[in-house]
Amino acid sequence: MREIHVKLITEKVRDLCMEANTDLGEDVLQAFDRAMEKEESPLGVEILKELKENARIAKEENVPICQDTGFAVVFVELGQDVHLVGGNLNEAIQEGVRQGYKDGYLRKSICHPFTRANTGDNTPAIIHTELVPGNKIKMTVAPKGGGSENMSRVTMLTPSDGIEGIKRFVVQRVKESGSNPCPPTIVGVGIGGTFEQAAFLAKKSLLRPLGSKNPDPELDQLESEVLTEINQLGIGPQGLGGRTTSLAVYILMMPCHIASFPLAVNIQCHAQRHKETEI
Amino acid sequence: MNQPIRLNPPLSDEDVEKLKIGDRVLINGVIYTGRDAAHKRLSDLLKDGKTLPFDIKGQIIYYVGPTPAKPGQVFGSAGPTTSYRMDAYSPSLIERGLKGMIGKGMRSDSVKEAMKKYKAVYFAATGGAGALLAKRVKKAEIIAYDDLGPEAIRRLEVVDLPVIVVNDVRGNDLYIEGERRYRKG
Repeated sequence: MREIHVKLITEKVRDLCMEANTDLGEDVLQAFDRAMEKEESPLGVEILKELKENARIAKEENVPICQDTGFAVVFVELGQDVHLVGGNLNEAIQEGVRQGYKDGYLRKSICHPFTRANTGDNTPAIIHTELVPGNKIKMTVAPKGGGSENMSRVTMLTPSDGIEGIKRFVVQRVKESGSNPCPPTIVGVGIGGTFEQAAFLAKKSLLRPLGSKNPDPELDQLESEVLTEINQLGIGPQGLGGRTTSLAVYILMMPCHIASFPLAVNIQCHAQRHKETEI
Repeated sequence: MNQPIRLNPPLSDEDVEKLKIGDRVLINGVIYTGRDAAHKRLSDLLKDGKTLPFDIKGQIIYYVGPTPAKPGQVFGSAGPTTSYRMDAYSPSLIERGLKGMIGKGMRSDSVKEAMKKYKAVYFAATGGAGALLAKRVKKAEIIAYDDLGPEAIRRLEVVDLPVIVVNDVRGNDLYIEGERRYRKG
């Protein structure tokens, strides 16, 4: 048994909220570089340069990359041998988000669905907790903006729709989204499970570093094919025309019911923000 | 690509007629911010025949809800928000003299019709370039609807705010033209 005081959780979450919003991963910047080499639209190249420059300013001056500092989505891998003391895990995480969004001068963007009254402190956060072997806690904070989230969908395909059905739906979704999710996007795809699990897989797939391959060769192939089709749509950076509509398509899959074929598409804008830590 | 065009609001009909889709523009001078909630209030004022909190003739509105400014900072991160949510409110503002809107994403046919009829243009700023755009804001003050926090109407003084003309007064749309040009298969 290893004792961990929840105060430490609050501190770490606070820091992760601020870092994720100001420091864009090196893998994303390299993805911009790769895109610039292939982009045929001069305006598209200018936009990609602007995004790189923006990331540099944000990191250097410690200011948010984007004004939509997002819904705080927190993934926790809690070791079974950890004994949390000093309070409640969920409360500690919420307090970390509260502090991070205040101390980091981040935008408070959470409201009541009906009245639209702002909750004032960017809580509640969304917390996904998984119990794992061991005595460590791994936490990832991945702020998720509203624009790209609004373009995301879950659908229950028919098993006979097959892989072609998946490609059709994903490409069509990107096409219909147009410029709204701030292309170039990263397309998270969840296949299988249940209705809600497919959506969770799609969100989780967005944590993958850009430039990485899917360990499953069949899915890796499918990811490439869908990405190629997407980039033939011509939507381009910021939807102003070009060959870089998406930087990656990432798939997570698990078994599903014999009568079902769930599919979720979680669109992520170019500001793929996530930071992690291990206690 | 052509050299960027510098524009200084307030804009005249002649200023906007010269602009073509795809033109890179650097805005210098005064612009106003407003998004969902502020537009609703402005729209209600117009419906009731009341005066707006600022003179809209020739002006540009930027659809933005910034992060709070850090101590010593003029303005927080300030990229554009998606414009279609303001579509319902824009034609009446354009009719009253609004000459420019900065946001991102395609506008509705009724907004595009209003831009053609009353001579106004729509610019796109780069979505997600919040830090870069914030640096072009040299002065910011709330002039109305303080209670709306990030959604308050602010008067901004900007230097070289980089935007692209997406809709001109002739009804062209860069979102449509761009996709058409680069689409394959």
